[in-house]
Amino acid sequence: MQTFFIVAILALGFLITFQIAKASEYVAVLRGYERSRLQSNRINGFLLLAFLIIGLVGVFYCNERLKGKILGVPASDHGVLVDRMLYVTLGITFFVFVLTQIGLFWFSYKYQEKENQKPFYFPHNNKLELIWTVIPAITLTVLVGFGIFYWFKITGAAPKNAMRVEVTGKQFGWEFRYPGKDGILGKKYFKNVNPAANNPAGQIWDDPANNDDIFVEQEMHLVVNKPVQLVIGAKDVIHDVGLAHFRMKMDAVPGTPTTMWFTPTYTTREMREKTGNPDFVYEISCDQMCGKGHWSMRGVIVVETQAEFDAWMASKKPQYLVANPGKDPAVKKDTLSATAPVTGAVIR
Amino acid sequence: MSEAINIHSGAAVHAVHHDNGHGHHEQSFISKYIFSMDHKTIGKQFLITGIVWAIIGGLFSVLFRLQLGFPDQSFPILETFFGHWAKGGQIQPEFYYGLVTIHGTVLVFFVLTAGLSGTFANLLIPLQIGARDMASPFLNMLSYWFFFIASIIMLSSIFVHTGPASGGWTMYPPLSALRQAGDGQKIGTDLWLIAMALFIVSSLLGGLNYISTILNMRTKGMSMTRLPLPVWAMFFTAVLGVLSFPVLLSGAILLIFDRNLGTSFYLSDIVINGEILPNEGGSAILYQHLFWFLGHPEVYIILLPAMGMVSEILSVNARKPIFGYMAMLGSMFSIAILAFLVWAHHMFVTGLNPFLGSVFVLLTLLIAVPSAIKVFNWLTTLWRGNIRFTPAALFAIGFVSLFISGGLTGIFLGNSTIDIHLHDTMFVVAHFHIVMGVASFFGMFAGVYHWFPKMFGRYLNNTLGYLHFWVTMVGAYLIFWPMHYQGLAGMPRRYLDKRGWVSFNQFADLDKMITVVSIIVFAVQLMFVFNFFYSIFKGRKVTSQNPWGANTLEWTTKITPGHGNWDGEIPEVHRWPYDYAKDGREFIPQTEPVGANESKH
Repeated sequence: MQTFFIVAILALGFLITFQIAKASEYVAVLRGYERSRLQSNRINGFLLLAFLIIGLVGVFYCNERLKGKILGVPASDHGVLVDRMLYVTLGITFFVFVLTQIGLFWFSYKYQEKENQKPFYFPHNNKLELIWTVIPAITLTVLVGFGIFYWFKITGAAPKNAMRVEVTGKQFGWEFRYPGKDGILGKKYFKNVNPAANNPAGQIWDDPANNDDIFVEQEMHLVVNKPVQLVIGAKDVIHDVGLAHFRMKMDAVPGTPTTMWFTPTYTTREMREKTGNPDFVYEISCDQMCGKGHWSMRGVIVVETQAEFDAWMASKKPQYLVANPGKDPAVKKDTLSATAPVTGAVIR
Repeated sequence: MSEAINIHSGAAVHAVHHDNGHGHHEQSFISKYIFSMDHKTIGKQFLITGIVWAIIGGLFSVLFRLQLGFPDQSFPILETFFGHWAKGGQIQPEFYYGLVTIHGTVLVFFVLTAGLSGTFANLLIPLQIGARDMASPFLNMLSYWFFFIASIIMLSSIFVHTGPASGGWTMYPPLSALRQAGDGQKIGTDLWLIAMALFIVSSLLGGLNYISTILNMRTKGMSMTRLPLPVWAMFFTAVLGVLSFPVLLSGAILLIFDRNLGTSFYLSDIVINGEILPNEGGSAILYQHLFWFLGHPEVYIILLPAMGMVSEILSVNARKPIFGYMAMLGSMFSIAILAFLVWAHHMFVTGLNPFLGSVFVLLTLLIAVPSAIKVFNWLTTLWRGNIRFTPAALFAIGFVSLFISGGLTGIFLGNSTIDIHLHDTMFVVAHFHIVMGVASFFGMFAGVYHWFPKMFGRYLNNTLGYLHFWVTMVGAYLIFWPMHYQGLAGMPRRYLDKRGWVSFNQFADLDKMITVVSIIVFAVQLMFVFNFFYSIFKGRKVTSQNPWGANTLEWTTKITPGHGNWDGEIPEVHRWPYDYAKDGREFIPQTEPVGANESKH
């Protein structure tokens, strides 16, 4: 019923608008078309100027309302560079924006049709054209220079002491693998993926580097002020590791591993204080359309001190031992007999 | 009425026109309005089909905006219309992604490519260069009918049980290649690919025709540097299309192979829903290269015709020559070249080699230079003019404003450092909707208001036109300006509900506002459509041959020209099209010989 009323009101409004528009056309014809044309010209000229002024005020109002809602301090070293580049670009483009919009609407208003106003025959002027070719070219060169300089810093080789974490996207969640004590991520092959046999990442158990790799889902832990290199992949379709607070992003492509590195500079706890939000967590958002659950493909990152990280790591059992309990010295032989055949099948 | 007779009568009209235009016999309804080979009728067919698609695409955006603005609310009426797609009155994720995908595809390709350049290239090229029709009227007709078949297939995909394609308008594999990946990846995607392949055929037939017509069929005296700017714009548009659409076609065909024939062009190392696929060695990124090799020129395929028409309309209504005609040509030429060299800026975060990325940063920001030149030239065209604010002129001014706003945010995204943060966020959505979506729509509206008298011999209602402009202009900024802030916060695109997120749930009020405004703007577009169809039959009649006081050749024809355009000889051209306010005369048509003591420019 409510919908019906809304539709009815819309239709009525429509009809009235149309009748007014129609009537104004008849009036125009009766009064002399030229006269009413000049009148509407003045009205529109005024509206253009009003649009400019209200629009510029609106830009500032919008900024006041929303500037507190964008993410605040960048939480990584690369994020600082990204933000600096962003604000330099914002400064330059905003200046150009205000200049050209004022020019556009002011000229429109000032040179609206008037009696006895002779338009100026001005087909070209080489000097002017040269000026507005060269100035944008120089400005853009500066922006390109800065941009590429930062870009190479961000995408350059990761520091030697960086810790490595493998991130894998799948419909619709995140998996992580830590290299363990040896610092090497063991080899894997997608045809080995078998969650039922405790091998969700497809690790090759023959590779000894796999013996100490730790596997976790949905929550990644990182150490504050320690560079981290993410080795990124996907199981099914393209995903994207979006880290809004670190200002980092990299696609996760099935079959083609990608990497990115950065150094987190604030722990989750510090960010809770900075943002004044006790529920703050770093989130991983999937930024590449990946299917019906794309919008909910969320992961969590906990940034903590080295001591906290070590404690967390110590609580985890290498996936090799989860998948092959027979190799686990901590597990007594006699509890194993039930699972032994399965383990054997996996090791092959 | 059979085809053979249609062709025959078309040929007869041609023959008759050379001596006496009034002598030709009446065409049947079918050959005049349906299988017509008259470029003007084909232009109208493209326009009306484009309008129908724009309504569908716009309606889809209203539907998904309802979800974005009111994620917790239920709209029972949606369930009435869409059944299980809107269970409990709430838009389901599969439906949401289907809506987004079809909205994007339809508006980019079916409305702003076919509806925009299909309409105005057909209408304006022969009329403005002084030709009786296209180089091949028959291929031109086929171009429309391929588009029509593509439209039918795309439309049918909305009605299949598993729903339309839902992988986003870019249709990236592996998502789009795997039926297991979701409902929208089933038959809907096949229909999408077939429709796009047919669409590309249509676009190529049209483009080749436009190029050969412009190069070969100009009237006497119409040298290339005397062409009106819309024609130049259509020329570059057609060249871009002819060179880049085949690449998309190849990309789509490989995708069809991967989907149906078990090839592995784009597939490698995939485990989906627990199923291990055999494919190895393909590259998902290959598709993105093929797609964006069209995809970026496509942006200019959409923009250039709007730029050309805006240049013409601003000059006519400022009663002043376009400033820097040669600079306008030069910048369009460099845009056309650079358009092919910037595609990988859509792929900065795909794992692209950083060095390659830096080359694309340079080339991308370079393209801002010709764009800047064009903006300054438009501003100078308005400067010291005597401007008439017809609805067309207002839309042209609005175009420039939007092009500035949207163009400047492109400088953020073209810079790979900033793009790391902004890539695939709402910032991108805001950017391209302003610069490519709304701006090109403004160019199209300007064209419709300006050339409606030529198309139908009547005017659109002015009051409705002004209302249309002001609501759309204010609405476009209200919708898309604040959206940049969502992107700056890192909010990804295509998120239908942000309530589960700590980082992105702070914009609920903003989303509501945007939704309400977009519904209002959509309603006003419907009003424009009403104005359009009403005015075709009941609008104020055009009484003078040259209602805007313009110089170009289309205004030397009869008010509603028949097939063949000019009754007698095609007029000869003696000057460029922008002699306004010269030597104290308001305007000097192109057909007027240069006087003995006329000043030079």
